[in-house]
Amino acid sequence: MVRTAVLLLLLATTLPATAGTAATGGEALYREECGACHLAYPPRFLPAESWRALMAGLADHFGEDASLAPATAAAIESYLVAHARTRRVRADRWPPLRISELRWFRHEHEEEVSPRAFRRAGTWANCGACHRDAERWRFDDD
Amino acid sequence: MLRGACRMLVLPAVLIAGTAAAAGPGPDQRALLEHYRRLAGVESFSPERGRTFFLAKHQGGKPETPSCTTCHTDDPRGPGRTRAGKPIEPMALSVNPRRYTDPKKVEKWFRRNCRSVLGRECTPREKGDFLAFMFSQ
Ligand code: HEC
Ligand code: HEC
Ligand code: HEC
Repeated sequence: MVRTAVLLLLLATTLPATAGTAATGGEALYREECGACHLAYPPRFLPAESWRALMAGLADHFGEDASLAPATAAAIESYLVAHARTRRVRADRWPPLRISELRWFRHEHEEEVSPRAFRRAGTWANCGACHRDAERWRFDDD
Repeated sequence: MLRGACRMLVLPAVLIAGTAAAAGPGPDQRALLEHYRRLAGVESFSPERGRTFFLAKHQGGKPETPSCTTCHTDDPRGPGRTRAGKPIEPMALSVNPRRYTDPKKVEKWFRRNCRSVLGRECTPREKGDFLAFMFSQ
């Protein structure tokens, strides 16, 4: 009995560390660090080049210093790059640094969103103001 | 192993009970202030100077963030808001006793926010005055 309990406990403590790849730690770090000022946006919305450019420019990130310790930044970058968008995406500049500047985003939002809803959100970057399930990376709820 | 796990469960419970009951800074927060006091080489910090620093419009930083109040508002007891619209919990210790307990977190945000607002890192004295002000709120 005690031995199975110990075994289960051992499994529970060692499994996440061994079974999970670097991405597990990377995702947790990403959600924690990049979720401090805004939604930790779903990696699948931007191509790898965008994430690399964003990670290279954290000291001047949209008018703020969002810099990280090098090891933390490296773990987050590999997570983002591994889960980035691989299908082609269209934007007016390359690489795009915002989801909200992608063509599909502008089409989807410019027609559908009332000026009142936008004023309440304040900025397109505030996905959660309009998408209740944004934290769970679901955007088709409304 | 099992005993270790038990101890790990008991410790947070004690910590939570400790911070909930305490008025004013707890041991971690006092140790942090002492750390900055030694770095600054001063006798003590001034909450008044901390208030002035917190409310001031600074030069030299990024134009989007002239002041700590840009995000934390001028009421430390109330919630703040990031520029992307995410709520920030109050900074005043009396309202939010969990703050300033993780020195790494504190240093990370001082480094970034001071660079954004002042265009440089804050001095140990500015950090200590800021904390003394928040501890008094
Ligand atoms: C210190 C605050 C802060 C942190 C930390 C932060 N960001 Fe940002 N981020 C911002 C601000 C401010 C904007 C611009 C918001 C706006 O346009 O309203 C932004 C915007 C973005 C956007 C574009 C959103 C859009 O419009 O589509 C992306 C992508 C982004 N951040 C990625 C990241 C990543 C990746 C990290 C972690 C490495 C991170 N951010 C950490 C403050 C931060
Ligand atoms: C001001 C409100 C608002 C903001 C802010 C906003 N959206 Fe939307 N979004 C909408 C509305 C309204 C629609 C269209 C209705 C729908 O399909 O859900 C939409 C549609 C979408 C869709 C298509 C959903 C589908 O499957 O049809 C996606 C994906 C999406 N938004 C992602 C985002 C992301 C990511 C952000 C933040 C970077 C964001 N939105 C910010 C209001 C907003
Ligand atoms: C651009 C927005 C913004 C500005 C400007 C800003 N902060 Fe912050 N600050 C944040 C965010 C976001 C956090 C992290 C979220 C949290 O801890 O609730 C934070 C956290 C902190 C922390 C960590 C507190 C803890 O619990 O450990 C300190 C210290 C801090 N800020 C000090 C300052 C000082 C001093 C200034 C002015 C020089 C300032 N901030 C300006 C957004 C800002």
